[in-house]
Amino acid sequence: MKILLMGNPNVGKSVIFSRLTGANVIASNYPGTTVEFTRGYMRLNGERVEVIDVPGTYTLEPTSRAEQVAVDMLKEAKDSSDNIVIDVVDATNLERNLNLTLQLLKQDIPILICLNLWDETKHVGIKIDVDKLEEILGVPVIPTCALSGEGIAQLIKRLPDAKSKTYEFDEEDRWSEIGKIVESVEDITHRHHTFLDRLGEASIKPATGIPIAVGILAASFAIIRFIGESLIAYLFEPIFEHLWKPVIIRFSAILGSGGFIHDILVGKLFLLNSETEEFISGIVQTGKMIAGNSVVVKTITGELIPAEVTIDFTQSMGLLSTGLFVPFAMVLPYIIAFYLILSFLEDSGYLPRLGVLLDNFMHRLGLHGLSIIPMLLGLGCNVPGALATRVLETKRERFIAATLMAIAIPCMAQIAMIFGLVGKYGIKGLFPVFGTLFVVWFLLGIAMAKFLPGESPEIFVEIPPYRIPNIRALLKKLWMRTHWFLREAIPFVLLGVFIINVLYSLHVIDFFGRIFSPVVKGVLGLPGEAVAALIIGFLRKDIAIGMLAPLGLSIKQLIISSVVLTMYFPCVATFAVLVKELGVKEMLKSTIIMVLSALLVGGALNLILR
Amino acid sequence: MVIINLSSMRNGQTGKVTGVGGGFGLRRRLEALGIRVGVNITKVSGATRRGPVVVRAGNTTVAVGHGMARRIRVEVV
Ligand SMILES: Nc1nc2c(ncn2[C@@H]2O[C@H](COP(=O)(O)OP(=O)(O)OP(=O)(O)O)[C@@H](O)[C@H]2O)c(=O)[nH]1
Ligand SMILES: [Mg+2]
Repeated sequence: MKILLMGNPNVGKSVIFSRLTGANVIASNYPGTTVEFTRGYMRLNGERVEVIDVPGTYTLEPTSRAEQVAVDMLKEAKDSSDNIVIDVVDATNLERNLNLTLQLLKQDIPILICLNLWDETKHVGIKIDVDKLEEILGVPVIPTCALSGEGIAQLIKRLPDAKSKTYEFDEEDRWSEIGKIVESVEDITHRHHTFLDRLGEASIKPATGIPIAVGILAASFAIIRFIGESLIAYLFEPIFEHLWKPVIIRFSAILGSGGFIHDILVGKLFLLNSETEEFISGIVQTGKMIAGNSVVVKTITGELIPAEVTIDFTQSMGLLSTGLFVPFAMVLPYIIAFYLILSFLEDSGYLPRLGVLLDNFMHRLGLHGLSIIPMLLGLGCNVPGALATRVLETKRERFIAATLMAIAIPCMAQIAMIFGLVGKYGIKGLFPVFGTLFVVWFLLGIAMAKFLPGESPEIFVEIPPYRIPNIRALLKKLWMRTHWFLREAIPFVLLGVFIINVLYSLHVIDFFGRIFSPVVKGVLGLPGEAVAALIIGFLRKDIAIGMLAPLGLSIKQLIISSVVLTMYFPCVATFAVLVKELGVKEMLKSTIIMVLSALLVGGALNLILR
Repeated sequence: MVIINLSSMRNGQTGKVTGVGGGFGLRRRLEALGIRVGVNITKVSGATRRGPVVVRAGNTTVAVGHGMARRIRVEVV
């Protein structure tokens, strides 16, 4: 037995799915959050039942890839006689939700109706006679509030009562039938415009909306930086410096302060002058350990100075040092900060409004305004960003959006590392990196809009009402995404660090460094070792940027390598999703654009910057 | 009573939909969002020359492109 959750977009299917199965999926206040089906399981009378969260759709005639998935799922589910559909309906928009309901009632599959967002009906002054609706349609109708869980138990209890084809009508008369039903079950009381309604209108009219958008984006950026930096400075860095470092140094001594295993786990050791607290280089000889990690060293000048053997979290490149420090202490804080703000914007209902405001602008890039949502998701991680292009209607749009994102939108993990590395130069370092990427995004979009055959379709989107984000739902979403980051990132970062060590010890990096030196040195103006970062960049961008730290690059070289590492190729996870979404041929085309524009832009920066 | 298209309505103006031009597909999609012959819609925002138009029908707010807005005929007072 299978249960499909179907309904219009943004009616709460994904929240209900989480309630039924306990599995976590992303739910946000805009249509098109779910673009791929998700399976989960629940117990029903001791039996394990499959539940499927399906992308939302307005009709059974799909207009986008996401809607296509929904229609395909329904077709597949009709094959077996014990499958059922839970038709999730937005109780505040009964009329147009019944449109899909009546279409579903004509299908050969039992359905029952979940009248969700029941709590909201009070706010908008709508009363629905549930019993009467049930009587008219002939299938169970259960009012629910998915966010609080009210009604879910009842919904589960009524599952066996699902029926098919209980409501006969002539396709011609669909809307008049719907009109009659609504007329007899719904009672609307007039209500006054609330503050949120007025804000809703103000933020979508260009005259007021654009200043509001600028304010929101600037505030988001400032808050993300503030939270990210504070978490690093007051929480994560102290933990690593004061708690983890002593452990590693002890461990290093146990491993004998050297050797292959030591170098992979702990990484390079550094000598710190005990008096000045500076790193010492140019050592001739180290003396015996005096106590713990203290030694006496003899420098080139013959001086004897007391020193400490220590590690440097950004430079040692061991699995337990840099391999943990990068994901936890440099990237994670920004991931938390970014997703906190993004989740807030998602749940408030602001994103489609931003899409409408940017519609004219995005048309220059061959896209319509809604494609700003995949771009914003891509700023968190390119993988969900690439998937979200499914809400776009045509192949051409999906190609443009996916390519632009893969080339010019660095993910948060990478941005965090750029902040960490280039941030010390302030605006002077950060502006050239992000300014260049923005210009590339814009110009490449214009070029693709011009040269790729086809038209861009117009925006067509439902604007959800503003809602005050539910704190628990928001924190849960933040936790899901953070958890997802840790699960995806840590293994790859560790693998990356491991590979670097192996490649270095086999002198592979030197070898490639020499082969690619004409390009890397000649065109981009980077040292040969930067090849190592480009190799690891295929795996993950954050650790790749991290590998630049020990190279002692100038600000100009840091800017160029940050830009090139963003552009030249997506990380392997994004690449896999893009191949699946675009197909091999299109992805090849996209890849050629990436490599060429990375070289072109990197080379140009090398000439322009001083 | 005059019939104009949605794009030339004033912001804040309400009217009754009298017809939707263009293909069957567009009509279907608009219908599904509550914009169909006989319903009252209110224009929320949108320039008259180009750019998206935001319109309310019942409890639903929808943004449509300018080309679509021009195909929606509305009777205004
Ligand atoms: N107040 C209230 N909000 C709800 C309820 N159910 C869902 N929501 C919110 O409504 C929004 C949409 O929920 P989703 O579960 O993402 O909707 P969906 O139907 O899966 O949407 P798509 O995946 O886009 O088709 C989210 O912000 C939810 O938190 C409810 O019963 N009451
Ligand atoms: Mg969903």
